[in-house]
Amino acid sequence: MANQSQAAKTRWAILIKNQPVRVLLVEDSPGDVRLTMEAFRTTNADVNVNVATNGVDAMAFLRKEGDYFNAPRPDLILLDLNLPIMGGREVLASIKEDDNLRTIPTVILTKVEEPADIVSSYQLQANAYLVKPVQWEAFESLVRSINDFWVTQVQLPQEPA
Amino acid sequence: MNDPRSGMRSDMSPLEVLLVEDSPGDVRLTRDAFINTNDRVNLSVAVDGAEAMAFLRNEGEYGNAPKPDLILLDLNLPKIDGREVLAAIKTDDILRSIPTIILTTSAAESDIVKSYKLQANAYLRKPVQLDAFDNLIRSISDFWLTKVKLPRQGGRS
Repeated sequence: MANQSQAAKTRWAILIKNQPVRVLLVEDSPGDVRLTMEAFRTTNADVNVNVATNGVDAMAFLRKEGDYFNAPRPDLILLDLNLPIMGGREVLASIKEDDNLRTIPTVILTKVEEPADIVSSYQLQANAYLVKPVQWEAFESLVRSINDFWVTQVQLPQEPA
Repeated sequence: MNDPRSGMRSDMSPLEVLLVEDSPGDVRLTRDAFINTNDRVNLSVAVDGAEAMAFLRNEGEYGNAPKPDLILLDLNLPKIDGREVLAAIKTDDILRSIPTIILTTSAAESDIVKSYKLQANAYLRKPVQLDAFDNLIRSISDFWLTKVKLPRQGGRS
C-alpha cells in the first residue's frame, strides 16, 4: 500500500541531499539486471541504478579506477554471489576490509540459498542477505521492501572524511 | 504462503528480537508496534549495555536466553554504551553474524558513520511521531523478518 507521507518524506530527503539515491547492482545475468531496474523504476524513480557485471568491474567502479574514474560513490550495493572473474564473496570481503568502502551498506541478492553461504556472508559483514524470488510479483515486492527500508527509513552514511 | 520459491519463511518458530533500550516509553512503543505488525516476534528487552552483553553471552540469570535473530540497539545507554555494545558484538566470532540495527534519536553524522564502520547492519532514527514510529517498525518487520534470510537459516551456532 502506498504511503503518501512516507513518499513525501523520501522526496524531501532527496531534495535536501539534492541528489538521487545511488545503487550499485553487481549482477551478471542480463535478465536479473533488467528485472531489478524495472522494479526500481516502478517503485522509486529517484533511485539511480549503476550496474557492474563482474567482481573486477565492481571493485574498479568502487575504487574509481580506469574507465570508472568518474564513478559516483554508491549509497547501497546489491551484490550477487556467483559472478564471473571475481566472485561475490571476494567482493564482499574486499569492501568490508577497505576503510573507505566498508561503511557502504552491502546487501547480498542471490539465487544461492545454501545455509553455509548465508552464515559466511553475515560473518563477512554483509548488511543483509536476500534470495531472488523466481516470480515477478515476489521480485517486485522484494525491491519495494529494499526501497522502503534502505532508501526511505535508513540513515545512509556519507563518505568518511 | 510457505512456498520456498516465494522467498517466504517456512520455519514458523518465533522470531527472537532483542531490544536494547533504556527508555520505558520507547520499549512500550516498540512492543506495541511489533504486536500490531508481526505476531511471531518474541521481544526480549535489555535496559543497559551490560545486561545486553550478559543476555547475548548467556551469563548469570540469562543462562537460558534465546539467541536473537535480530538486535535493535539504542546508542545512548547506561553502564555500557551502545557504541561499545556494537563493537563487542561485531568483534565476537559467534555474535557478529547477528544482524544489529541501531535505533536511536541521534542524528549526528559522526554517529552514523562510526556505527557503519563498526559494522552495524543498518542505522535508523527514532521518529518522534507515533504513526512514523509504527511505519518504521512495520518496515523493519517487513524487510528483516519477512524478506531477509537470517543467519538462523544457516543453522543455529
